[in-house]
Amino acid sequence: MSETTLVAGQLFNGISVASILLLAALGLALSFGLMRVINMAHGEMLMMGGYLTYLSIAVFGKGAGFAVGLVVAFVGTALFGALLEITLIRRLYGRPLDTLLATWGVSLILQQAARSIFGPIGVEVTAPPWLSGTLSLGGTVMTGFSIPGVRAFIIVLAAVVLGAVALIIARTRLGLLIRAVHENRPIADALGANTRLVDLAVFALGTGVAGLAGSALSLIAPVTPTVGQSYIVYAFLVVIVGGLGSLTGTLVAALLIGVFSATAQIATSQSFSDVLLLLCVIIFMQFRPRGIVSQGSRALEET
Amino acid sequence: MIRRELGLVLVLVAAACAPLYLPAYELSLLGRFLALAVLAMGISLIWGTGGILSLGQGVFFGLGGYAVAMHLKLASADPGAVPDFMQWSGLNTLPWWWTPFGNPAFAIAAAVIIPGTAAAALAYLVFRRRVTGSYFAIITQALALAATTFIISQQQYTGGFNGLTGFTSAFGFALGDQRTQFGLYWVTVGIVAVTFVAVRALQGSLFGKVLLAVRDGENRVRFLGYDPLPFKVIAFAIAGVLAGVAGALVTLDLGVISPAMFGVVPSIEMVIWVAVGGRNSLLGAIVGTLIVNFGKDWISSVFPDLWLHVVGAVFVLVVTVAPRGIVGLMQSVRTRSLRLRPVTPPALVE
Amino acid sequence: MIDSGSPLLSVEHVTVSFDGYTALDDLSFALASGAVHVLIGPNGAGKSTLLDTIIGRVRPASGRIVFKGNDLRAVPEYAIVRLGVCRKFQTPGVLDALTIEENLRVAVTQNRGAWHAFRAKPTAAERTRVDEVLAIIGLAERRNALAAELAHGMRQWLEIGMVVASDADLLLLDEPAAGMTHGEAEATARLIRSLAGRHAVIVIDHDMDFVEQLDAPVSVLNMGRMLAHGSVDEIRRNPDVAAVYLGRPREGDVAGR
Repeated sequence: MSETTLVAGQLFNGISVASILLLAALGLALSFGLMRVINMAHGEMLMMGGYLTYLSIAVFGKGAGFAVGLVVAFVGTALFGALLEITLIRRLYGRPLDTLLATWGVSLILQQAARSIFGPIGVEVTAPPWLSGTLSLGGTVMTGFSIPGVRAFIIVLAAVVLGAVALIIARTRLGLLIRAVHENRPIADALGANTRLVDLAVFALGTGVAGLAGSALSLIAPVTPTVGQSYIVYAFLVVIVGGLGSLTGTLVAALLIGVFSATAQIATSQSFSDVLLLLCVIIFMQFRPRGIVSQGSRALEET
Repeated sequence: MIRRELGLVLVLVAAACAPLYLPAYELSLLGRFLALAVLAMGISLIWGTGGILSLGQGVFFGLGGYAVAMHLKLASADPGAVPDFMQWSGLNTLPWWWTPFGNPAFAIAAAVIIPGTAAAALAYLVFRRRVTGSYFAIITQALALAATTFIISQQQYTGGFNGLTGFTSAFGFALGDQRTQFGLYWVTVGIVAVTFVAVRALQGSLFGKVLLAVRDGENRVRFLGYDPLPFKVIAFAIAGVLAGVAGALVTLDLGVISPAMFGVVPSIEMVIWVAVGGRNSLLGAIVGTLIVNFGKDWISSVFPDLWLHVVGAVFVLVVTVAPRGIVGLMQSVRTRSLRLRPVTPPALVE
Repeated sequence: MIDSGSPLLSVEHVTVSFDGYTALDDLSFALASGAVHVLIGPNGAGKSTLLDTIIGRVRPASGRIVFKGNDLRAVPEYAIVRLGVCRKFQTPGVLDALTIEENLRVAVTQNRGAWHAFRAKPTAAERTRVDEVLAIIGLAERRNALAAELAHGMRQWLEIGMVVASDADLLLLDEPAAGMTHGEAEATARLIRSLAGRHAVIVIDHDMDFVEQLDAPVSVLNMGRMLAHGSVDEIRRNPDVAAVYLGRPREGDVAGR
């Protein structure tokens, strides 16, 4: 392998990591933008999506199981998210830091539950036959460079989900309500929008997308009880860099952070790239404290 | 008021006499948990009074712990030799930044100054741009993650995952000796008492009042001519110092400091001590630390798998049912019992 | 416009816009030390925005604001207050977690640095001032009550008290009598009149009865511009002002009351 293909390969890995980060961060960014709430159990939605995929494959076999798993992961985590929103998050409205702590408690319980059910070591999901090949790019410079099918699939999945969410927000009635609540919650409320239902829908959609991210993640890494934890901190950083509730910002930030981590890991090591990443985020905040895409506000106090 | 002060003095005397009546194991636990209470009082200051939620107090705890542990490691090594773990990693000369820790006074000063400075720098950089509390919480959690992975990876300098351990003596006292244990316990009780008095005085000062006002709305304070930034930075630095002191004490007590003691999960557990006791109460911070840690010790010895479920449930319950913690619950019980007595109705307003 | 000498405050050709909506349009305005001045105008005229701009919450797109010879454009909010401007907001901005006395103490303290606040014991002068203000706003007996426990009218009084206690040279009062009973509003007007000379005051209000009691010159703002100046009577007779208000009969506070 030449230098170019090594760099290209790592770049490609970076983009596929970025795709998972994007899926993980999308729900966080949406609900944070809309409700100013951080769901610390969001990582466990990834974990749950991964285990649901594993179970689907166990039931439906290698071929169809994964496709079924995607659906089950989305629906299952979305339902769990809805439950979480109704029973806990709604009760803590206007207390963002308390929400953060309570959802952390939920995350601990879910992790321990996963440990009790599936064991602490983790389960492997083998990619279905239709994804196990590689795409190779023949050519003069890129000879020897090939794209693993699963990673290509993850990138396509992220792009499709992002497109679908963008479409929902831009074109549907729900999207109109989301934009209205995002713009000005009291007014939207006063004009008769059911803001609670909008919150619920957005939160469930976000956790569902995180479930999909877990599904995707299970293709490239074993599903463990703590798999969510290892991704979620990066997803939080994506939200900070991307800006509140902005799809474009989240996309750009996920790409930046995914590719940054991947390339910094070639140059240094995993641990050093973590430290560097945090430093870069703090430096970035000095210039764009509200993220890549920011919105002004006239409220006296922001939460 | 005087009755309350008297009560506190009695508790202090009872704590100081604990070596006389507590078995050795319970005493060592109590000493360690009291050391953690110093850190908890710092969290109470920044979170209860200042409204700043930090999920990375473990980092400052670790910095204090490592500063002392580096000295103990050097003091325990053979003269002229580098500490054992460095030899195992093939390192034969002491890194320059280890050298000054050979001096005990330097190490003790570093255990206070390094965490304080680090905390001040972080708070300044993040709060300078008026970001929200949730952002700060996430940044501090990322800090806890980055700090632990970094320390684990730098094994030849930090002892890696195992941390620093295997000390024989501390500042001239034999570590296994019971008299050293008692001495350390009394030092801890003294530091807890001094911290309590000092933080309470701070909360009663104009500084504390403005900090409290900053918690409820920064802009209101700004339009009264106060810049919230230095108030938050100073408070956070004080909490950092207290965490560092706790780290140093616990390291002396346990004879070890390792990344597992201050990573993401231990850091957020520190917040729950304060939440359980009552975030707005300094006494609550101490009580909560003792209850949660004794509870953890008991549950994890009896039902090891249950602890994470319990702590998870405690997070959810304390926030939803008792946001003011045990102290808040006791206060509302007391006011309710007061209400049973016939009282003259308060004068109508307007 | 109001005083030709060296004004305490001068607003020079200030334009402010929010996302294309022009809230203040090339507005100029000056105020002498110790003068009381009233601003009225229909909703959305830019009254609150003008105060926001003076206090630094909103920055002008063009033009500048000079206070005691300082150009305020690049001065942070808290530093503007330290120069001697204090504002009462439309919704009372009292510090809920503090007692009434503590609220006043925070306001009365002139050295507002964080390090100073550590060891600050209130000076004798500051304590006297707090007592005076407590007496003025009639909350002396409830000095140890939490501000959060106060009823709306009382909160208004407390915030007025805080603004007075700050001893700033320029006081900005946004609807000080809103939600007050007739008697309370009269007392507020008396208090504001008594401040003249020692402080310059800008008062925003809708209620013409209240404005009349202030016995001060009035400016009318409309669509971000100055529409008219004069005494209350002159403003009442001004056909332009009438047109502005009568054109919006539902908000016609001027003629109505």
